[in-house]
Amino acid sequence: MRVIVIGQDKLAYFLGKHFVAKDYALTLIISRRDEALALSHKLSATVLCGDGSEPAVLEDAGAYRADVLLALTGQDENNLVACQIAQKRFGVPRTIALVNDPANQAVFRQLGVSVAFSATEILGQLIEQQTDYKDIKSLIPVADGDVHLAEITLQPDSPAVAQSLKDLNLQAAIITCIVREGKVMIPKGSSQLQAGDRLIVISQAGAYEAAYQVIMGDIS
Amino acid sequence: MAKTQEIVVVGCGRLGALLASHLSNQGHNVVIVDAREVAFDQLSAEFSGFTVVGDATEMAVLEQSRINRADCLLAVTDEDNINLMVAQVARTMFEVSTVIARVYDPTREAIYKEFGIDTISPTQLSADALLNILHQSSLVTS
Repeated sequence: MRVIVIGQDKLAYFLGKHFVAKDYALTLIISRRDEALALSHKLSATVLCGDGSEPAVLEDAGAYRADVLLALTGQDENNLVACQIAQKRFGVPRTIALVNDPANQAVFRQLGVSVAFSATEILGQLIEQQTDYKDIKSLIPVADGDVHLAEITLQPDSPAVAQSLKDLNLQAAIITCIVREGKVMIPKGSSQLQAGDRLIVISQAGAYEAAYQVIMGDIS
Repeated sequence: MAKTQEIVVVGCGRLGALLASHLSNQGHNVVIVDAREVAFDQLSAEFSGFTVVGDATEMAVLEQSRINRADCLLAVTDEDNINLMVAQVARTMFEVSTVIARVYDPTREAIYKEFGIDTISPTQLSADALLNILHQSSLVTS
């Protein structure tokens, strides 16, 4: 796979290292000369010094043959233009941009960037999810955040302990899997829950609090 | 432009300040955006529009500049990429009918012209004008 990374600092370095370890053909485009030079010594990759949104620089970086381009600079406008030129001028099939202003995520997608991700949003979500409630760990938001996927660990005093699944009124949520002593069990209506069970629960965004309450009791 | 237009000018450098002052004098409702507040010192004393301090690549700043009501947006900061991004956001997300971006780099300008963004390249215009003068004075033959 041929990868072009436009970036800076540690992110470009560690990501570059990761790609090189996977045997990808990597080209890095770095704007600062001293940084480009240092990276060229540390990584077995092609390192170009220049502006990654400049068509001539992208051409030198082999954009015509690249499979994916990642634009990871701190300026949204530079990331957008680099992705658009890569895609529209050089036909790079997949472009990935870092978005600094989370509100630009939708904009970038609409303007043709294949994947736009916001570090701010990811970190914000991580913190919210991890600090939500103890014993309930949100995993990943699915379907643009409309669906919640969570892992719930049953405590001895959780109301759902010793209940059958069919007796739990979870409404818009479903227990998709029970992990008991490290083994995965496919839940049936008659499955009885035990303390220590880990439940993988899928619910609608608005409905998860009610469902967690049924399983865990007072969670606030 | 006969009737009063709602115009957003992004970038208050020499060109932005000149355009905003001129359009405001003609009776249009102008909002000018720049990241540096001191930039607005360049506006003429008669400028009667609004000023917004902020980075125009931030959605909230564009919304504050009443882009949703704008008939026209001129992106004339000194950064090509900012102008190209703001122009596309104005056209695609806010459906502003007339959008023009200043782009210094002629190769970048050519690419964005292909995707239908109206652009003006001062570099290209100056080169054309200079060459034209040289041709007329027969210093260089075409």
